[in-house]
Amino acid sequence: MSGLKVVFWKELADYLGSRKFLILFTIILVSAISIVYILSQNIGEYLSEISKEYVFLNFFTISLGALPSFIFFVSFFGPLIGIIFGFDAINSERSKGTMSTVLSQPIYRDALINGKFLAGLATISIMLISIILIILGLELGVLGIVPNLEEISRIIVFFIASVIYIGFWMSMGILFSIIFRQTTTSALVSLMMWIFFAFFILMISNVIADQVTPLNQNSTLEMIAKNENIKSMIMHISPVVLFQEITIALLNPSARVFGISALIKANDLLPTPLPLSQSLMVIWPQFVGLLALMLICFAVSYIVFMRQEIRAT
Amino acid sequence: MKTIVLDAKNLTKLYNHTKVVDSINLQIEEGEIFGFLGPNGAGKTTTILMALGLTEPTSGEINVFGYNSTREPLKVKKITSYLPENVGYYEDLTAQENLKYITRLNGIPGKKADAKIEEVLKNVGLQDVAQVEVGKYSKGMKQRLGMAAVLVKEPKLAILDEPTTGIDPKGVEEILELIVKMSREQNITVLLSSHLLYQVQKICTKIGIISQGRIVAQGTIEEIGKSLLKEEKEDLLEVKVANKLTPALEESIKQIEGVMGVEKKSPDHSLEEIYIKYFREG
Ligand SMILES: Nc1ncnc2c1ncn2[C@@H]1O[C@H](COP(=O)(O)OP(=O)(O)OP(=O)(O)O)[C@@H](O)[C@H]1O
Ligand SMILES: [Mg+2]
Repeated sequence: MSGLKVVFWKELADYLGSRKFLILFTIILVSAISIVYILSQNIGEYLSEISKEYVFLNFFTISLGALPSFIFFVSFFGPLIGIIFGFDAINSERSKGTMSTVLSQPIYRDALINGKFLAGLATISIMLISIILIILGLELGVLGIVPNLEEISRIIVFFIASVIYIGFWMSMGILFSIIFRQTTTSALVSLMMWIFFAFFILMISNVIADQVTPLNQNSTLEMIAKNENIKSMIMHISPVVLFQEITIALLNPSARVFGISALIKANDLLPTPLPLSQSLMVIWPQFVGLLALMLICFAVSYIVFMRQEIRAT
Repeated sequence: MKTIVLDAKNLTKLYNHTKVVDSINLQIEEGEIFGFLGPNGAGKTTTILMALGLTEPTSGEINVFGYNSTREPLKVKKITSYLPENVGYYEDLTAQENLKYITRLNGIPGKKADAKIEEVLKNVGLQDVAQVEVGKYSKGMKQRLGMAAVLVKEPKLAILDEPTTGIDPKGVEEILELIVKMSREQNITVLLSSHLLYQVQKICTKIGIISQGRIVAQGTIEEIGKSLLKEEKEDLLEVKVANKLTPALEESIKQIEGVMGVEKKSPDHSLEEIYIKYFREG
């Protein structure tokens, strides 16, 4: 077995057996079950809101009173999951003194970081697949709804997008675990980035847009459009925004355009559903953007790690 | 002539423009237990890391069994075991699992690995706690696990960076015994960095002293001791007395013209003396 494989299997076993995996899994599982449960109790009430063609997908997107939708859970907790898996990947090995033991074995240095990255992605995939399967099973069993092919393919694409999204946060965590020697520092900085991309980016994009093109009563339509454009450009730096748009288009087949309004109430958009290929066209740029963000994070981690001194000092 | 196991030629390492290792030339022959001595910050660990290809030299080169450590690190690491200073193991894994990971990284097939792991755990006296998580181990047990990790890959060269720090005297004795045993029974060449001069003197066949990145002395303890003697400005005369040296006899020797002083000496130059001689100026 090559070094990469050995590291991969060791890390995967570590992740799957770790307490943090168990806790996260339980949290997501409980929330998924409660969504399906509440839905099954109040199915009549929501029937009007549900699109007849894609009954199945609705269970991922619909939010029920106090309980947020499943995609909200993923877009909100996804970053936390990724960060939890990534933030101490390298610096904990360094401070515990395990890194020099591992790297003094006949493996290349990048086997360690590649193995950890791939094992993290595999863990995320396993977690998401099992939860999606559990939801599918519950829907089938409790509600007796059978998904159609279109829905299944949409869920598969949604799954891939989620892995990339959470994978981005994990790579960012790994990057900080390489840059910062203290695990507390890397955890805090990762959380700060999350808060920034999830919440502050909206505010900042507003401020900048208003600085560049100030609006008042006399503003022309053109200026308002420009202002909106700048806002949207800045917001699209954020993986959270990218992912939200991807999931909306995927799980809500009628979505065609994006803007702040689309994020708030996706269900009220144009009624005629698009086929998957069309939805994919809509979200292609977001998809590529998200993937690029993850790969950039990983590439930077890789380069920094390869040039770093091995010692803990 | 014996095989040269480790061979450093003009090995130099700069950190932020300061020479941490300065044109080191170092040869270690097969079967030796080589004591690598020097004060804190002298450059021992840096030299070791370059030997393993874990840090690149700024200039010069270092070879292990003829393999260049920088260009062929995998070949070097395959036959070399390294016990780092401040070594650590995965605390939520057992000793057995930790060793298993090392054998996997070395590509040792499962059956053979399991037998070897059992054997080395027995050798270091951890067989009864093999299935206990390493997090519950004492410092001494962890260090013994470190020795097991060194042995499990059946190396030809073992590089031990301060393997006895933080261990009680009995533990130190045990580790030194292990080192001698592995050197004798398995013909493993040993590079041992340590601050415990008495222990080094006891087990090392040769020593190298490094100070501020430079090798200041290299050879057997006797050789270095003798060369030091030559450097002394005054001649030293060894006089054997029939019984114990009495104050009267001492006094009468002092009376002889030209004698500067009389000093009672232990028969050999101890490493302690040599070391202090090198570093008494700071
Ligand atoms: N990554 C680094 N960047 C800059 N300087 C470093 C780095 N690593 C080590 N040094 C410096 O190199 C010098 C030699 O360090 P080294 O660890 O090789 O010494 P040592 O002989 O092993 O000391 P000790 O007995 O304390 O282990 C020290 O002055 C140290 O500060
Ligand atoms: Mg050192």
